Amino acid sequence: MSNLDNADQEDTVWTEAEGWGDRIPRAVQMLFVFVVFVLLWDLVTRFDLVSRLILPTPGETFNDLVFVGKNLITGGYMLVALWITLQEVFWGFILAIIIGFTLGVIVGETAFGERAIMPYLVAIDTMPKVAFAPLFVAWLGFGIESKVALAAFIATFPIIVGTAAGLHAADANSRMLFKTMGASRWQTLVKMKLPMGLPQIFTGLKIGSVGVMAGAITGEFLGGGKGFGELIRIAASQLNTPRVFSLILYLSILGLGLFAFVAWVQRRFVFWHKERISSGDH
Amino acid sequence: MQAAATNPAPTLREPVYELRNVGKTYARNLITALEGVSLTLTKGSFTAVIGSSGCGKSTLLKIMAGLIPPSTGRVALQGRPVMGPRRDIGMMFQQATLFPWRTTVENIVLPIEIRDGKAAAKLAQENARALLELVGLKGFEDVFPNELSGGMAQRASICRMLITEPAVLLLDEPFSALDELARDFMNMELQRICTTRDATAFLVTHSIPEAVLLADQVIVMAPRPGRIAEVVEIDLPRPRTLDMMTTPKFGALVEHIRSRLDKEAFL
Repeated sequence: MSNLDNADQEDTVWTEAEGWGDRIPRAVQMLFVFVVFVLLWDLVTRFDLVSRLILPTPGETFNDLVFVGKNLITGGYMLVALWITLQEVFWGFILAIIIGFTLGVIVGETAFGERAIMPYLVAIDTMPKVAFAPLFVAWLGFGIESKVALAAFIATFPIIVGTAAGLHAADANSRMLFKTMGASRWQTLVKMKLPMGLPQIFTGLKIGSVGVMAGAITGEFLGGGKGFGELIRIAASQLNTPRVFSLILYLSILGLGLFAFVAWVQRRFVFWHKERISSGDH
Repeated sequence: MQAAATNPAPTLREPVYELRNVGKTYARNLITALEGVSLTLTKGSFTAVIGSSGCGKSTLLKIMAGLIPPSTGRVALQGRPVMGPRRDIGMMFQQATLFPWRTTVENIVLPIEIRDGKAAAKLAQENARALLELVGLKGFEDVFPNELSGGMAQRASICRMLITEPAVLLLDEPFSALDELARDFMNMELQRICTTRDATAFLVTHSIPEAVLLADQVIVMAPRPGRIAEVVEIDLPRPRTLDMMTTPKFGALVEHIRSRLDKEAFL
């Protein structure tokens, strides 16, 4: 009789090691990081390790956050500025999507586009695009148009690259299948290549949505106007750092909203693709 | 051929697919992939092609599918020369290649949608549901392919191949990506489906037992240049069963084909 069959032997039951990170809810962990960050920030300002002019206390920043929030809600001058920036971002993104998608299809689908147009796009993409800002101001003036142009200019390239990469994502089997079905080039593009490339196209759109915000604000820094970027510039020139901080925070909410919107559209239309990189929840 | 009038044996039915002296030379590297291939697929027959890599069997299949033109010879399906992809050619690959944004039924009617438009595809859905029942996928009509197993996905791709009611089925190692148990089972299913629909089938495979199990004739191909080395008639009774694989006759056929392949592979 084997040792294992003895009645007085214990069952081989043991517990797998589990890190504490797996047990605590994600929200609690995120809150923990936030609290530690604010505490450190508070300590730095409390002991005057950094001048108040450079770094305001968390309390001051919070107060100003409430002040700006009130101004935005009651429709004050900051809401007017935010509305202008919002328009720049909106039109910039729309333009970038139209131009980026069209160029992406041309470059990704035609041999001519890939051979003759793509090299120029790559060359322009490697340039620091912000450097074009004065040019746009010179061409389009100090109004909203020059900001829209810069925002669109920055956001277009990731969309081109995403679309072109997406069109190349179709595997040999799918291409062969469509060939055997006698599909036209247009049918192959619309019914197979584009849907198959949607994950890459949306990656391009997400990167573009971040770029479009940067473009609009940079445009306002360099080309004046009446947008949110101008408010930040004025506050910074007055060394009103709490105001700079709170304006940036509200701006980042706007950017986050745009990004989340694109991600939401992606989840609706690309439900079949498992994406884990940027959504985080799996 | 003349015997057809006096002898009504099922092996002598009318020809569906005919190839005469077909050759293919790739201009790019002047390699003769295929030389002097002649074969006839009769209605309801099952033909398997076997050969080492580089024997030109995928070139042959592509020519038969109308995907590439031959350099020499004549190719005709149902009496009409094959000048490109046609709706009376059904094809199936190693990968099921179902599109994840379409439900099973929508994937199956895709060939109709491509050839006749969305309205015709809508009408063909009824037909697609009947086909899904034939292959044992009833209840999976409206799920997305990511919920199907490998074998189920291949069944769905059988339906997609059958939806246009092709005159010939070209099968390019259809089950080689499946595990062995699923593969045996799917081969039996394939036989059943082909018998039910009186289909003319042409199978490219790497497995000698699979070829012997399914085919009426096994075409052994040899490389450099790709050509037919021998056509082996398989006169095992139908329907074939997996038990037959253990009989001496089956073993002898497999052995014969293997010896032909071995000789060709190392020349």
